[in-house]
Amino acid sequence: MNVIVCLKQVPETTKVEITPQTNTLVTEGTKHIINPFDMYALEEGVRTKERCGGKVTAISMGPPQAEEALREAISLGADETILLSDPAFDGSDTLATSYILAKAILKLEKFDITICGRQAMDGDTGQVGPQLAERLGLPFVSYVSKIEEIREGYMRMQRMVEEGHQVVEMSLPGVISVVKEINVPRLPSLRGLMQAKKAKIPVWNAQELGIDMNKVGLSGSPTQVIRLFFLQRASRGEILRGSLESQVEQLIEKLRETKVI
Amino acid sequence: MQYFFNEQQQMIKSLARRIAAERILPVRAELDEKEEFPWDIMRELANADMFRVFIPEQYGGIGGGCLNLCLVIEELSRVCAGIAISYAADALGCLPLLEYSTEEQKRKYLPDVASGDKLTAFALTESTAGSDASGIKTSAIRERGYYILNGTKQFITNGGEAEVYIVVAMTDPAKGSRGASALVVEKGTPGFSFGKKEKKMGIRSSATRELVFRDCRVPEENLIGREGMGFIITMRTIDRSRPGVGAQAVGIAQGALEAAVEYAQKRIQFGHPVSSFQAIQHMLANMAIELEAARVMVYAVARTIDAGTKNFTEEAAMAKVFATDMAMRVTTDAVQIFGGVGYMRDYPIEKMMRDAKITQIYEGTNQVLRNAIALELLKRKAIRE
Repeated sequence: MNVIVCLKQVPETTKVEITPQTNTLVTEGTKHIINPFDMYALEEGVRTKERCGGKVTAISMGPPQAEEALREAISLGADETILLSDPAFDGSDTLATSYILAKAILKLEKFDITICGRQAMDGDTGQVGPQLAERLGLPFVSYVSKIEEIREGYMRMQRMVEEGHQVVEMSLPGVISVVKEINVPRLPSLRGLMQAKKAKIPVWNAQELGIDMNKVGLSGSPTQVIRLFFLQRASRGEILRGSLESQVEQLIEKLRETKVI
Repeated sequence: MQYFFNEQQQMIKSLARRIAAERILPVRAELDEKEEFPWDIMRELANADMFRVFIPEQYGGIGGGCLNLCLVIEELSRVCAGIAISYAADALGCLPLLEYSTEEQKRKYLPDVASGDKLTAFALTESTAGSDASGIKTSAIRERGYYILNGTKQFITNGGEAEVYIVVAMTDPAKGSRGASALVVEKGTPGFSFGKKEKKMGIRSSATRELVFRDCRVPEENLIGREGMGFIITMRTIDRSRPGVGAQAVGIAQGALEAAVEYAQKRIQFGHPVSSFQAIQHMLANMAIELEAARVMVYAVARTIDAGTKNFTEEAAMAKVFATDMAMRVTTDAVQIFGGVGYMRDYPIEKMMRDAKITQIYEGTNQVLRNAIALELLKRKAIRE
């Protein structure tokens, strides 16, 4: 079973900064981690490999420093890694990113399944997974919470829906995105850490990927972020006074007014 | 303090700390309360290669010795000494195999230990033999290619949970301690069963159990070293494992000191945090001084052993005695700084004090070790090179 896992490196802090000119997130200067949702994708990929044999290839598109995310992926069980990096990719939106990832995946040898996290915790779009499947012309299942069965050409899984889960069958190769309920990601192993330290991470640039430059980067991205701003969260509370009975009456009145009850 | 760890040691230390924080901390109180063996954590440790740090590369380890082991034990003990001892007891069981077994025996047992698939245990203590190892009653009489074991071992850490047991038994009872031999006995061998599981004051998540042998037939190739070497193997094994108990004590005390410092800064009395009172400050300072001194000793002995030094009985005993007495004082003071809540089981500090007590008792009581230190001292009239 050849598994591809797509990873994104994201800033660790929840206090992200925004570049005013481009309306994109500032990625320099802060500590970076693997997007938490992608950790579940990687873990599921490694577990699939452990069950069925084969290998896990982790790929990431990002600046040169995203190499660290791929090194961490090796310490957690990825067999091979590829960093997709080129200054021309800067500012790519989800459509451009999925184009770059698809180009890389087509360049890799035949695979059975590509696993993504449900969304990145910085951009929060959740679009890259489905877009990638579309570009590869493959079936896609989102919010996967359990792989029930997986074998050559076939998989059956559970996907989270609002009130419970659906059982879905899909032919392979295919693409899925996973939710955090799917597993508990492992910690690295010492041998994995040592291997990760030594590993050479191959970098593929736009030319090697045969990228059409009009489709990537800020100018090649149809999504133009007009404005990105932090929500001012003002919590206005109201303190009810009087005896307990009168407070309860006031509260019921308020709830009626706001049509809560 | 700079301890000059190499890259691998730093990696081991930080990964062990991460496992302790992320996997052990959330369950330590529950495991202590339920006296449940921490199998999930053992598996985590195995997956992280923690059982490989004290085993040579040719047997599936990553090569390393006493200091590597001490770093892991210290970090685990900082959060839970009960889990740390389950891990450390496995290393103890491994030592006779590492030091005295044949190549064939090493290849048979060590790879499964390195991967964490099998735990080991070292079985010496009996109801009549503790500090006095010559009081062993369990017999192993040779008969047509087998040793026939009869007797009961007591207080065996990892008893019932381990797969591989190193059992010290009398192959020639007439010879006293020179008639003792060490044998490998695998779980499931007919005639080998488990008796009483002890209910303990501390390190409650660890398994402490009786091993019962009734005409248990062990193939003669399971003998470690030669017949009659059991006592020597035991002494050397425990010499080598004592820095580990020291590291356990250092870890427990570190956890207690950190908790005490944090609490002293939060607890307000007379309008001030209690950490602003000199009485408390001096207690904290003394705890820190003693703790660091113990740590220095433990690391120094571990490095002495790793350097291939032949005789380190005295140094290993000193580090064990000093560190464990320190841990008892530091945890007792930590409970004192917590005051009333420190005595309550809702707070983690009383567990640390309960856990610390055993370190003064096992792998040589601090009294019998003082005897050993004094004996060495008197033998060479205290002249040191």
